[in-house]
This record gives sequence, C-alpha cells and structure tokens, in this order.
Amino acid sequence: MTIRWGKDLTDLGLLWRRRRTRRIIIQIAIAVGVGLFVFYMADKARDLDDLGFDFLSGSGDFPLSTQWLTNYESNDTLLGAYGAGIFNTVRLVVIGIVLATVLGVLAGIARLSSNWLVAKLATLYVETIRNTPLLIQIVIWYTVVFLQLPRVENAIEYSGLFYLSVKGLALPSLTIDGSFGIWVIVLVLGAIAAFALQWWLHRKEEEGGGSKHAVAWAFLVFTVVAVVTYLLTGTPLEPDTPQVVITGANIYSVKGGIQVEPEFAAVLLGLVIYTGAFIAEIVRGGIQALPKGQTEAAAALGLSGYQRLTLIILPQALRIIIPPLTNQFLNLTKNSSLAVVIGYPEIIFVGNTMINKIGHAAPVYLMIFGTYLLLSLVISVSMNFFNRSVQLAGR
Amino acid sequence: MLLALLAIGMIAAACSSDEDDGVAAVAASDTLKTVLDRGTVIVGVKDSQPGFGNLEPDGTFAGQDVEYAHAIAAALFGDKSKVEFVVASASTRFELLSASEIDVLIRTTTWTSSRDIDLSSSFTATTFYDGQGIIVNADSAIQSITGLEGATICVTSGTTTEINLAARLAAAGVDHTALTLAGDAEILEAFAAGRCEAWTGDKGNLAGQRSSYPADLGGPESLRVLPETLSKEPLGPVVRDGDTDWYDVVQWVVFGTMAADELGVNSGNVAAMAASPPSKDIANLLGVGFEGGEPTNFGASLGLSPTFMQAVIGQVGNYDEIYERTIAQIGLARAGSLNASWLEGGLIYSPPIK
Repeated sequence: MTIRWGKDLTDLGLLWRRRRTRRIIIQIAIAVGVGLFVFYMADKARDLDDLGFDFLSGSGDFPLSTQWLTNYESNDTLLGAYGAGIFNTVRLVVIGIVLATVLGVLAGIARLSSNWLVAKLATLYVETIRNTPLLIQIVIWYTVVFLQLPRVENAIEYSGLFYLSVKGLALPSLTIDGSFGIWVIVLVLGAIAAFALQWWLHRKEEEGGGSKHAVAWAFLVFTVVAVVTYLLTGTPLEPDTPQVVITGANIYSVKGGIQVEPEFAAVLLGLVIYTGAFIAEIVRGGIQALPKGQTEAAAALGLSGYQRLTLIILPQALRIIIPPLTNQFLNLTKNSSLAVVIGYPEIIFVGNTMINKIGHAAPVYLMIFGTYLLLSLVISVSMNFFNRSVQLAGR
Repeated sequence: MLLALLAIGMIAAACSSDEDDGVAAVAASDTLKTVLDRGTVIVGVKDSQPGFGNLEPDGTFAGQDVEYAHAIAAALFGDKSKVEFVVASASTRFELLSASEIDVLIRTTTWTSSRDIDLSSSFTATTFYDGQGIIVNADSAIQSITGLEGATICVTSGTTTEINLAARLAAAGVDHTALTLAGDAEILEAFAAGRCEAWTGDKGNLAGQRSSYPADLGGPESLRVLPETLSKEPLGPVVRDGDTDWYDVVQWVVFGTMAADELGVNSGNVAAMAASPPSKDIANLLGVGFEGGEPTNFGASLGLSPTFMQAVIGQVGNYDEIYERTIAQIGLARAGSLNASWLEGGLIYSPPIK
C-alpha cells in the first residue's frame, strides 16, 4: 500500500497509518533521549582525571590474611594482589555453589516430605533465612558462632589431629615433596589404562560369557599402579599435621596443615545457607510442577521413594529448575562481595585497599566490574550448556 | 540501527568539545570568591572518631577537625556557625574534594607525597602530628613490637594503616598475620573474643577507642598502647590544587591559632589584647596597629577582614584551647608529645606574621 503524504496524514479515517507515525515519532524521541544521556555520561567521564591502569605494576605493600593457590607477598605487584583476591573469590564461589545446591535440593525435597516434622523444619529454615538480609546473617555467623570459639590455648582438639579455636579450624594435610609430578603423570596414564581395560572387559561381557567384573579389575589395576609408583618415587606426599606454637610474648597460634579461617567459614556458611534457602524453593517448585501422573505411575511400577525421586522426578524437574538455579549461582557469586565486612580478602576487599593506596576509584571499579562479569558469564555459559542437555529433544 | 548511529554521533560530539576544561580550571582558583559569595563554607569531615570528627548524640559535630572548620568560617564571615558539614568516607574524600562538592577536607587525612602530588590536592598546615600505634590488652605479656611475633593483628580497612604495619613489622623481622575488618565495631568484637591479640590504628584513633571502651569489657584501663610509633601521620586540612588564594586562607587560619597559642592570646583576653596589644607580634596577628603605628595588611592580603584572627580566637580559641576541648578529652596530652609548642620541644610552630 503506497502512502500519499499530504492527503493521508490528515485523513482521520486511516487509523493504522497514524499509529505508525506515532510509533516512529516515539522511537525518534527515545533515540534522542538515550543519545543525550550517553552524551552527558561521556562528557562527565572525560572529567575523570585518570583512567590509566599503570598503577597495577606498582608495589602492593599490603599483606593478605589468607590466600588460596596464590603466592602473593607484600612486595609483589598490585596485579598480583588482585589475582590473589580473584582466587579467594573463586574458592568461595565454587565451594559455595556446590554446598548450596546440595543443601537446597535436600531442603526442597524435605519440604515436600510426608513426614510432618521434617516438612515443617524445612519450611522454617527456608522462610527465616530467605526473609532476612544476608549481610546480617554473615555478621551473626561470625560474631555469634565463630568468634565464640575458645582461644587457641584452650582449643578443642583431638590428639593433635585437628584444632578448633577462635583462630580457625586446622586439619592435617599432605605436602608435596620431590617427584610428585612424575607420580601424577603415571597416575593419569594408569587411569587411562584402567578405563581402557574396563571398556574392553565390558565389550567382552556383552559378547556373552557372564560377568567379567570389569569395574573391579580396572580399579585393581589402577590401585596397584598408584601404590607401586608412589613407593618407587620415594613417597612424594608427606603428612603435615597442625601444631600449636607459642611465639613472641606468649602468643598462641596453630601452624601447619590446612587452616580454615573463621572469616572464610562465616562467609561460606552464610552464603550456603542463604542461597540454599532460595534453591530449596526452586527445587520445590520444579518438583511440584510435574504432573501428578508421573508420581502415581512410578508408584504403580513399584519403584521405591528414592528410585522414584532419582529416576523419574528429578530428571524431569531439572528442566524447570536449571534456569532459576543459574540465577541463584550468579547471586551467590556477587553476594560473595559481602565478605569484605569481616575481612576475607576477596575481590572487593583487595579493590578497596588498592583504591585507598592510589586514590583513583574509577579504574579499579572498572576492573572489578569486568571481573565479576567474566566470572558470571563463565557460570552462565556452563549452566546453559547443562540446560541444553536436559531439554526435551526438538525444543 | 538508527539508535546506534545516533548514539555514536553523540559520543563523538562529546569527545570533540573541550571548552569544559577551561571553565573548570577558572572555577577552581576562585574557591575563595565562591565561598565568600555563598556565605557558608562546605567542609568534609569524619563522623565517627572521638576527638577529631565525631557526630555527637545531640546531632552536632565535635572534634579538632570540626573546630578548625568553625575557625575558617569565623575568619571568612565573622561567624563560626556558617559551616555546612559533609560526611566524607575514606574512599570518597578525595573525589568529593576534586569534584568541588566540598571546599576543604578536614578529615584526619594523612599528608603523603602521593596524595599531595597525584591526587590534585594540596595539604595546608598540619594540625596534629599523629603516628600509627598498636594497642594490646593491658595484662598481656606484649611489651613491644617484637612480642607480636606470630600474632594476628586487626586493622581497619581502607587506610594507609595496613601498608605501614606490614612495612614496619617486616623491617623488624616480626612475622604476623593482618586481619582487616570493615570498621572499629567489628575490630572490638574480634579483639574481645581473642581473634586478634592486638589492633592497630593511628594513635589518635586508638586513644578515642580506648577512652570509650565499654566497662563490661574492662574499661579504658584494660588496654595499653605499645610505645612504638609505626609511622608519621601528619593530619591537616586539604584543599584543591591550583587554588592559591584559598590555600593561603586555610593555612594562615591554622597558623594564626598556633601563633596565638605561642604568644599567649586566647579567647579570654583577645579583646583586651586587641585594644592595647603588648607586642608588635600580637598586633600583627590581631590586625591592629602597635603603639600608634599602622597595622600590617595580613588580613587584607588574604582577602579577608583585617581583624579576622580576632573573630577566630574570640569565637573558637587558639590551638591550645582547641586541643584541650577535643583531643585532650580522649586522653592524649600535649605535654611531651609532638603536638606540644616548639617552645616546649614539640612541632607546633607558626611562621612569623609580618
């Protein structure tokens, strides 16, 4: 249909054309508005005197109270400090996601339990935790639980194996010694060989002739290879047990082994319990969204409660659960920044110290923004991949 | 598509215009004029440090920094109440200053070379020579820094304190763990629970915390500050770079109070001294003539009234009066410290006013 401009624009009868004109006018107005806003922000951004990132090669000069897999010292660069902060956050986020999911699934299923007490307890947990601020919960965990632990001189201990005190939980660990690398390589090769053996024996099983105990043989082979190589390479793992040491002027502390600081534990606990409550509701919603016929059919087939849950209900409910679950994982990632209140040196903490050292906030905030964006995108992409694998075929 | 093109066009237009820089530069050096026109001075302060910048229960601000804000107002307008206080946090204080949200920053800010040079700020006269210290339980065996080997030390985040602690203890060869908590309240909790054996901060801050330490935790007597001073923390008002007239005003108001302390002029006798000054120095300070001579143009050259120091001393007081009202109340005496007058071996010294 052609447009005859003069007459048609004033022809009140042609409603659809006026609607289109209206739409065009609104779009132009919005475009101009957005453009003006961007212009304004760009103009303001130019007033920031320094968006340079050269400060990253400057010396850190501040220590971090705890690190994971990184080796930052005071005289390393600020970039090194930031890297240590990232690893601390990753440690929190990875463990947090795993534990929160476990807790959430269990709590969600518990809410649907036919056991009245279990269902009510789960409901109480979910409703209390969901409706109170996470920051307060973390501070409560820290001050009411972890700071009330006894001092190191009166630590809760078990014959030198673990120590629980206000300075944290110390557990024995293994230290790497000598030819650990060689042992790991042999282990990997041994694992591949074991898998190959298991696959070959499984093939043989299918050809007929009864069970060939494929898994058992593979496991045996792997264990023998591991132990023999361990002894041959001179036992490259040494146990490292925690000990109470007294230094300085009668100062007690625990050295050795793996140390879990109360700050990390408080944030982890707070995050897991908080996010777990939300995940519980998501799981409950997913399960309840399934048609009742599935449960009834499973019961009719004679499947036990556990089998019904794991073989029929959860696999189908996963389709509904995974997208909101991704949201909760992203929330957990960003909520980990609350650790700054009790001094766990994650990204925001290191960022704030950097800002105070160099004075310019803008470049550091940009870095933090980019880091969280990257972390969250990694989680989203992985979960989307997982999501696609549980979707109905053809969707 | 249209939107994208429009947006790109707008950004390009913004990037090409540069008239704003010129306008901003002219405005910066006219802070004195801006403040005088406005009729009040906007000062960035702290609200949580007793003795320096603290929000009192009745809603007013108190502390040495706050007193100097009043002194500047008295110098400019003859009325010490013409101040607007803005609470500045440690992370936003310099941004507030450079964005002209505040005229002067008087917020226990340490004068360092990087802040003076890189942050487009200028530090005026030092009002308090502070230093970082460490506080421990009075009944602990720790007597000096070396006793802190293996200890956990609590630190407030966002300050130069973390850096000073690491440097000084590393130099002394003392191995330690620094635990950085968000605020003083969390530090007190952790310290009381034994999570850390000591905590560190500027001695001015430590004194304030100690003086208000709750009685059920032992009260002030249960805490002891270690003798070592880990750093130099000269505190004083800060203004923007390139603002020489305003800088001079702020600096000479501070020096004026120090000169008054040295010459024995206080709020009680300033009126009598102005009427008949006993010496040329006092006459110069108060903007009056000495024995029939002409007064110097101290006040006028700053762009203020010639007798501005009379208003400052009369309404706020000299350095000693300010100190006694604020910092002495948290248990830090002037005598024997760096903040004693130079006549008594301290560092409070004003250049001559003539």
